[in-house]
Amino acid sequence: MFLRYIVSRLLQTALVILGVVTISFFITNLVPADPARLIAGRLATAETVENIRSQLGLDRPLVEQYWRYLQRLFQGDLGRSYQQRTEVKTLLLSRLPATLQLSLGAIVFELLIGIPLGILAALEFGKFWDKAIMVLAFIGVSAPQFALGLILLYLFAYLWNMFPLGGYGSIHHLILPALTLGISGAGWYARMMRSSLLDVMNADYVRTGVAKGLGRSKVIFKHALRNAVLPVIAMIGLDIGLLMGGVVVVESVFAWPGIGQLAWQAIQIVDIPIIMGTVLLTAGFIVLGNLLADLLYPLADPRLRYG
Amino acid sequence: MTLIASTPSRPSTWRSLRRNPAAMFGLIVVLLVILIALFAPLLAPKNPAEQFFEGLTLEGSPLSPNQDFWLGTDLLGRDLLSRLIYGARISLLVGLIANGAALLIGTLLGSLAGYFGGALAKIIMRFTDIMMAFPALLLAIALSAILRPSLWIVAMVIALVNWVQVARVVYAQTLSLAESEFVTAANALGAGNGRIMFRHLFPHLLPTMLVYGTLGISTTVLLEATLSFLGVGVQPPTPSWGGIINESQSYFLTAPWLVFFPGSAILLTAVSFNLLGDGLREALDPKLRR
Repeated sequence: MFLRYIVSRLLQTALVILGVVTISFFITNLVPADPARLIAGRLATAETVENIRSQLGLDRPLVEQYWRYLQRLFQGDLGRSYQQRTEVKTLLLSRLPATLQLSLGAIVFELLIGIPLGILAALEFGKFWDKAIMVLAFIGVSAPQFALGLILLYLFAYLWNMFPLGGYGSIHHLILPALTLGISGAGWYARMMRSSLLDVMNADYVRTGVAKGLGRSKVIFKHALRNAVLPVIAMIGLDIGLLMGGVVVVESVFAWPGIGQLAWQAIQIVDIPIIMGTVLLTAGFIVLGNLLADLLYPLADPRLRYG
Repeated sequence: MTLIASTPSRPSTWRSLRRNPAAMFGLIVVLLVILIALFAPLLAPKNPAEQFFEGLTLEGSPLSPNQDFWLGTDLLGRDLLSRLIYGARISLLVGLIANGAALLIGTLLGSLAGYFGGALAKIIMRFTDIMMAFPALLLAIALSAILRPSLWIVAMVIALVNWVQVARVVYAQTLSLAESEFVTAANALGAGNGRIMFRHLFPHLLPTMLVYGTLGISTTVLLEATLSFLGVGVQPPTPSWGGIINESQSYFLTAPWLVFFPGSAILLTAVSFNLLGDGLREALDPKLRR
C-alpha cells in the first residue's frame, strides 16, 4: 500500500519535471533573442555568427534540439554555458551550497518567528493580540523583499554596524539575507500555526482534559501543542517554492553567490543553458518539497492514510 | 442583473465587512490609491519628469525631504512625491490587467475542468501541477527580460504565472457545484451546458472570484515591483515604485528615503489589498469566520 503510493507519486513527479523541461525549453528558445549573435558580440561578421550557430546546434530544427537536450539530460548532462563554456552542472554545484545555506537560514527564521506568534494568536483567539498578529502576518507576506533587504542593510549594517553590508562566508553574513527571506514566510506560518492549534483546541480530547480538571494551559501545552505543531512543520516542503522565488531577489540585493544570482546573471545575457539549468534545479527542489510534505504529513497526523 | 441578484445577500456581506476594522482599513487605502492614480496630474505638486536644478545639492546629491520637496528628490533632482503619485498608476494598471487576465484564464480552465471532468479535467489539472512546480518568479524574470519589457508584456507575464491558484480553487468549487440539485434540475429542464455554466454556475463562482481578484492584486503589485526593481519591468522614464528603488539602489546608504518611501508605498498597497481580500472572504463565507 505504502510502496504503491510512493511509486505512483514518484512517477507523477517525473512527469511534472518532464513538463517543466518541455515548457521552459520552448519558452526560452522561442524568444526573439539570438544567442549566437550575443556570444559573437556586436562586431562579429555574419560568418562568425553562423559558425557559432552551427557549433551549438542552434541551426537545427527546434524539435531536434529539444530531443537532443532531453537525451543529454537523461545522462545527467545539462550542457555548457554559452558565455563561459563551463559545464552548467559544475556552475550549479558550485553555487548550490550558498543557496542551501540561505534557504535553511530562512526556514529557521520563518519557524522561529511564525510558530510562537501563531500559538499566541490562537491562545488569544478573538482578542487584541490575535488581531494584531494576523495583521502583522499580512504585513510580512506583503513586504517587498528587495526593499525590506535594503532597509535592513541600511539599519543593521550601515547605521548600527552590526552586520556586514553583503557578501558570503560567515554566519554573520547569513543573518540579514535569511531574515529578509524568512519574514514573508513567517507570516504564512503564523497563520497556519494559529488555525492548526485552533482546530486541535476544539478537539474532543482537549475538552475532555479540561473537563477532567487538568487545567486549560496544561492541556494545551502538554497535549494540544504537539499535535498542532507537527502538521505545520510538515508543511515546510510546500514552502520551498516561495523560498526559491525570493532567492533570486535577495541574492541580488545581498551579493550572495548562489543559484539565484547565477540565474539572474544568465538571464541578462540570455545564456539559455544556464537559465534552463537553474529553472530545472529549482523546479526539482519544489517538486521534492511537495513530495516530502505529502510523505511527512501522514506521519505527523496518523489519521491520514496513504491512498 | 440576475448575476448580482443571485449573489448571496449583499447587505450582510457589507455589514460584516464594516465590522472588520482591518478590512475597512484595507478598503480605505485601496480607494485612496485608486483616487491618487486617477487624479495624479491634479495631485502631484510637481512635474514628475522634470529635473530640478535646485533639486540637487551643489555636489550633485539628491535632497532629503524638505519644505520644497516633501519626500526629497532622486538622483536626477526629480521630485520623489510626484514620481510616487504617478507610480501608483503603473502599479494599479499592471495589477488590474494582469490580475484580470489571470482571473479570466483561471476561472475558465478551472470551471471547464470541474464541470466536464474526465480527460479534459485530467489534462488541465496536470498542467496546473506543472505550473505549480515552476519557479514562478524566475520564469517571470526570464520572460520579461528576454521579451523587451513593456507594461503589457509585464502584465501578461504576471498573468501567466498567477492563474494557477485561481484555476485550482474554481475547479474544486465547480466540482461540488456540478453535483448540486439545481444543476441537475437545469439539466433535466433541457438547459445546455453553456447555459448551465453561465447562468447557473457562474453566479456562484462570483464571490470566489471577488476574493481572489482582490487578494491577487496584492501578489501582482509585489511581482510588478520586483520586476521593475530588477530592471525588467515597465521601463524608465515611466515612474514605477520598484523602478525608483532600482534607480537609486547604489545610493541607498546616503539617500535611504529613495528606498524607504517607494518601499512603503508598495507595502501599504499590497497589505491593503490583502486585508480587504481576507475581509471579503470572511464576509462571504461565514464558515471561515474564525
